[in-house]
Amino acid sequence: MKNLLVASAVLCLPAQLLASTPGTINANTFNPAVSVILDGRWSDYKDEFELPGFQVGGEAELPAQDWSWGHNELNVSATLFNQFYTSASYVFTKHDGETEKDLEEAYLETLTLGNGLTLRLGEFFSHLGYHNALHEHAWEFIEAPLLYSSLFGNHIDHEGVQIRWLAPTDSYLEFGFEAGQGSGFPGGSDQNDQSYSSYIKWGDDWSVESSWQLGLSWYDTSFSEREGGGHAHGGGGPAAVFTTQNTDSTVWGIDAVYKWAPMGNSKSQQLILQAEYFERDEDGRVNLSEDTNFFNAAYQGKQKGYYLQGIYKFKPRWKTGLRYDWIRANNRFSDLIESGVDFDEFSEDTEFDNDNPIKRWSSMISYSQPEVWRVRLQYNHLDVAGNEDDQLFLQFTLMLGAHGAHRY
Amino acid sequence: MKSLFTFLLLLALSTQVHSKVNIFACEPEWASLAKEIAGDHAQVYSATTAAQDPHHVEARPSLIAKVRRADLIFCSGAELEQGWLPLLLRSAGNKKVMPGQPGYLEAAIQVQRLDIPDTSLLTVGDVHSQGNPHVHLDPDRLLKVAGVLAQRLSRIDPEHATGFQENQRQFSRKLNRQMTEMQPILQTFKGKQVVVYHDNWLYLWDWLGINQVATIEATPGLPPSASDLKKLIQRLQKQPVDMIVISTYQNDRAAKWLAEKLNKPLIKLPYTVGGDAHSTDLASLYQQTVKLLSL
Repeated sequence: MKNLLVASAVLCLPAQLLASTPGTINANTFNPAVSVILDGRWSDYKDEFELPGFQVGGEAELPAQDWSWGHNELNVSATLFNQFYTSASYVFTKHDGETEKDLEEAYLETLTLGNGLTLRLGEFFSHLGYHNALHEHAWEFIEAPLLYSSLFGNHIDHEGVQIRWLAPTDSYLEFGFEAGQGSGFPGGSDQNDQSYSSYIKWGDDWSVESSWQLGLSWYDTSFSEREGGGHAHGGGGPAAVFTTQNTDSTVWGIDAVYKWAPMGNSKSQQLILQAEYFERDEDGRVNLSEDTNFFNAAYQGKQKGYYLQGIYKFKPRWKTGLRYDWIRANNRFSDLIESGVDFDEFSEDTEFDNDNPIKRWSSMISYSQPEVWRVRLQYNHLDVAGNEDDQLFLQFTLMLGAHGAHRY
Repeated sequence: MKSLFTFLLLLALSTQVHSKVNIFACEPEWASLAKEIAGDHAQVYSATTAAQDPHHVEARPSLIAKVRRADLIFCSGAELEQGWLPLLLRSAGNKKVMPGQPGYLEAAIQVQRLDIPDTSLLTVGDVHSQGNPHVHLDPDRLLKVAGVLAQRLSRIDPEHATGFQENQRQFSRKLNRQMTEMQPILQTFKGKQVVVYHDNWLYLWDWLGINQVATIEATPGLPPSASDLKKLIQRLQKQPVDMIVISTYQNDRAAKWLAEKLNKPLIKLPYTVGGDAHSTDLASLYQQTVKLLSL
């Protein structure tokens, strides 16, 4: 009993010491902060995920039918000696009964370069656009906007370096430049390909209740080969392989966000309106090979899209939202080389010459215990070049532990 | 000649503007204290208004821009702003105001804090492992913070050090005189029993000798559920309660219901500078708080 008393007295000691030591600086109790996010889903839809006119890559896909695991995430972040900030996110997903893991982000960032400069090294989501840097648990809908799925494979990331500079102006004005290995979609599969992005962000308040941010972004990469996309016919025949080769890919776009909260208390009520427009120009060659037969052509692609989104938190635990997506490809082919596969077959197999727009309406309602758990119901009406589908999703997300605050 | 004079005047004015210390205060009470101590030598910005919950603030672009230009970040600290301040600091790239630098000052850390939990296990809600951070409603603790602030300002802007020290002495004298005048009323509060909505009045009670017997929030930062309220009223019917206190901006539904059930007065206090029309600075905030409590 006496031992217990001594033990508890000793345990209480640090807190007492802390209390009586003025000037102690401790910016983060949980250092490192560890958080786990579990994401369960139920889905119902008719058609598989296809975006004719776009070579689909990256993480763009639909959740599996019925019950499935989504994007389970383990995040560790820490501040080192008040000099560096580090963050690493591991993602665990399940595909056809197998667990797949992926290091989504792992970076080190300077805190004390000063003069508005910050340098980041490692693997990270690009800060281009608005939606790109958001982690999946912070998305307002179960999937990324079509624009992001089709052009970026959900998001552009870099294995490389980011340098950003915040101007010493009254309003927020930030310039960023990123360079990476370019081995991720929409880049090619070669580690030696380079990719670059740059952005300008400008934002301010209109009042304590309403704020806004505008962004302008570019992305540029060249690659020798990029695989994926189209819809390869299963069953009997030989598998068709569709690649884009020796291509320059350039992206630019604009994004705008407006947020409003009564009295500036976004915890209670908030309206968020956002819109983004991006277009991508590609110049290279396409190749479809089936066994020893192939089709090859010069390709000039122009793909673009936008989305408009409104989210309204009408009570602290309730959110509802509406989103409209629109994307369209316009790809031209010349210098056709046919060897056993002709353009019609290429077109039928890949649908890469489709230039009808793809449209989607999404609506959702969610109920949550903020930062702990969330249930979300979402309905989509999809129009893929005239082919319509209705999609229904139910998502349950559990957030355990402490993770870093979310960006604006 | 006249234009030369105008030019020189403008030049003088512009250099004066540049030489001002840029203070980014997280809450209105610290903005007000910064104005008292820095006087004309600083430009003070408050990141939040009295109407905002300082636990939950959006890391807006405008706030990042303000931190970028700040010479001093002056906040409650003790984790009150941990949901947004670390993100602002990380985004602004301003070396001067990073934790550990003279340009970073946490007020609550400068004084003895109450309610320091002895674990930092996972808990739900706005719980602070470094103790209760809402320290400004105790004038003694506030004056201690004022002293540290004057020292910090002197380090940041040595040229005006004497001015800061003088302002601090004057402010201290003014507040002490006010407290002496209020002493007879203050005596009457001793031993009163109070129920509050959120745990942000501890230091006021510590100053006035009032006992806080319950909080309406069962989990800090989350509204009480029906069963929480049922349990609360069962408990409170068995013990004496003199009044129920909430801030002008807290949701008063549960408090109103409780006040009616217990048949006790519900008092709405300004909590911080700007919390009501009378509380325009710290001295008037104390004046108004004491006046409302003694009604």
